[in-house]
Amino acid sequence: MNRPASASAFLDADIVVRRSGHIVNIALTAEPGDVVAVIGPNGAGKSTLLRALAGLLPLDEGAISCAGDTWDGPATKTPWTPQERNIGMVFGQHLLFPHLDALDNVAFGPRSRGAGRGESRRTAHRWLETIGVADLARRKPHELSGGQAQRVAIARALATDPTLLLLDEPMAALDVGVAMALRFELARHLAEFGGVSILVTHDAIDTMTVANRVVVLDEGAIAQVGTPLEVAQRPRTEHVARLVGINVLRGHSTGTDVRLVDGSGLVSTTPFNGQVFASFQPAAVALTLDEPTGSARNRWPGTVRSVVAHGAAVRVHIDAGAALIADVTPASAAELSLVPGRQVWAAVKATEVTVYGTGADNSEAPLPSRHV
Amino acid sequence: MSRAPLGRAPLRLVLPALVALGFLILPLLTLLQRTPWSTIPARLVEPKILDALRLSLLTATIAIALCLLLGLPLAWMLARVDFAGRSFVRILVTVPLVLPPVVAGVALLTAFGRNGILGGPLRELGITIPFTTTAVVIAHTFVAMPFFVISVEGALRAANQEYDVVAATLGADRWTIFRRVTLPIALPGVLAGVVLGWARSLGEFGATITFAGNFPGTTQTMPLAVYEALQVDFDAALMLSAILLLVSVAVLALLRERWLGQAAQ
Repeated sequence: MNRPASASAFLDADIVVRRSGHIVNIALTAEPGDVVAVIGPNGAGKSTLLRALAGLLPLDEGAISCAGDTWDGPATKTPWTPQERNIGMVFGQHLLFPHLDALDNVAFGPRSRGAGRGESRRTAHRWLETIGVADLARRKPHELSGGQAQRVAIARALATDPTLLLLDEPMAALDVGVAMALRFELARHLAEFGGVSILVTHDAIDTMTVANRVVVLDEGAIAQVGTPLEVAQRPRTEHVARLVGINVLRGHSTGTDVRLVDGSGLVSTTPFNGQVFASFQPAAVALTLDEPTGSARNRWPGTVRSVVAHGAAVRVHIDAGAALIADVTPASAAELSLVPGRQVWAAVKATEVTVYGTGADNSEAPLPSRHV
Repeated sequence: MSRAPLGRAPLRLVLPALVALGFLILPLLTLLQRTPWSTIPARLVEPKILDALRLSLLTATIAIALCLLLGLPLAWMLARVDFAGRSFVRILVTVPLVLPPVVAGVALLTAFGRNGILGGPLRELGITIPFTTTAVVIAHTFVAMPFFVISVEGALRAANQEYDVVAATLGADRWTIFRRVTLPIALPGVLAGVVLGWARSLGEFGATITFAGNFPGTTQTMPLAVYEALQVDFDAALMLSAILLLVSVAVLALLRERWLGQAAQ
C-alpha cells in the first residue's frame, strides 16, 4: 500500500484515508501547468482527496509531496498544516469573509503570509484587475452577484501565489449562463497559472474545457485516467457515461458477440475477447413502438423514464434493463407520443457500437493509476 | 394581523399567550405608575443612592470585562477545539447557571473566604477578599460568566466554520483566524453575550449579599440598596427599582439592532 513517492513528479500524492467503513485510496502525480479534473459520483472521494491534499484531513497512509517539499509521509513526524502548504482553495460557495470587502478578502492571504498591509492591498488590487473585477474592490460580499463573488474568491486563492490550487466545484452554485462565462475565464487563468490545479467538478463541460487531464473516481479509487477526449470517448464508469451523455454497457465479448451483464446480447463490428465496455452515441439509438425488423441487430424493449429537450433534439432516457439514452427529433418524439411510462423498442446498428476492453483482465495494460 | 395561510391562530393558544404577556408587563407598568417621579432628581443626588448606582455600574462593567477576557477564550475552546472531556467541561460551565445565587455566594466563601482554599493563603499575604468591592466583582463574574460563555459559544458554533478553514488555507495561524475571521463574524453574538452578562450582573443579589455583604459605598449595589430601602422606605425602593429598570431598558435599546437583529435570524 505504501508506494514510495517518486522524487521526480512536481505533485506526487498517494492518499489513503479510512472513514467509517469507506476507504479512499488515490495515487496521482501532476506537473506544473496541469489542470486535473476530478469527476465521480457523490461519495466517490472527490472532497476527501481535496481535503487530504489541503491538509484538512489526516492521511491514514501514504505520502504527499509538492514542489520538492514532503508535506506528509512515513518520514514526516507531523503532517504539514494547511497554513504551511503553499495552497490556494476555491469552494463551491464562494465563502468570502462577510465582514471584509472584496479587496481585503483578496489581501487576507498575502497579509497572513507576512506581507505588509500596503503591499498586500497592492497585490490584491493587481489580482482583482487580472480577474476583471477591480471596480468592485470596495464592495462587501453581500453586494456582489454570485459570479462576481466567485471571481473574487478565485482571485483570493491565487493571490498567495500557491503551488497547488484546489477547486471544489467552483461553478456548482452559479446559474448556467454565469457558470459558462466564468468557465472560460477560469480556463484562461488556470492556463496562465504556473502550478498544479485540481478541479473537482460535476460538470462534463468543465472537464472538457478547463482540464488537460481527467481522473475518474469511483468508490474511493481511481476508475480511469486520461485526457478529456479519451475519457469522453471511452468512459469506464456509468457515471462518466451519463456525465458525457453516451451509452456505455458492460459485458463480456467473444469475437463480435457481447454478452451484457443483464443477460441480453449485443453485436458489434469490432472483434474483442474479454471484459468490455460497449458504447454508442444517443443519436445512434432508434426508437420504435413495434419490434424493429430492419438491419439493426441490437434491440431491447424498454420503458420511457424521462423526455427532455436537449439542444435541437429530444433526449429520452429508457429503462431497458440497462439505462439507455436516445436522442430523437422532436417530430419523431411527437409521432411516437413519447411520455414517461411508454413502452418502446430501442435499436442500435452493430456498426454504431464501439467496443473496448475494461482493462480488468487482458489485452490492455492495467489502469495506469500512477500516471495522471 | 395579516391573513394566515394556515388558518387563524387558535384561541387556546392566543389566550394563554396574552395572559403570559400581561403577566410579564403588568408589574413593570404598576412599578412605573407607583414611582414618585417628582422626587427622583432630589433623591438621585443622595450620596447613598449615587454610591449604589455607581458601584453597580462599575462592578457590572468590570465583571463583563473579565468575562470577555477569560470567558471568550473558554467559549472559543468549547466551540472550536476538539479536546477530551469537552462535553463534561460544558456541563461544568452550566452548573453555576442553574445554581441558586445564595449557594454560589456560600461556595465563593469556601474558596475565597478568610479560611478558604485560596482566601487563606491570600490572607497570609495581607489580601482579604470577602466583604470588599473585589468580592462584589468576583460574585458578579461568577454568575455572569456562564451566561456569557454559553451564549457566545452558541454564536461561535452558529458561525460557519468553513470560514476558519478558508483562512487556514490562506496561511493564517489560529490566533490570526480568531482575531480576523472568527471573532468579527461572531461579533453580534458576542455583543449579545455582553448584554446578557452585564444585565445578569447588574441584577445580581444573592451571591453578592452572601459573599460581599451589604456595606454602603463598598459592596452595596443597587439591588441590595432596593432590598434595604424596602424595609424602611417603600418610595425609595420604588424609585431605585425604576432607575434599575430604566438602565436595563436603555442598554437593551442601545444594542437592540445588533441583538434583536441577531435573534431574528
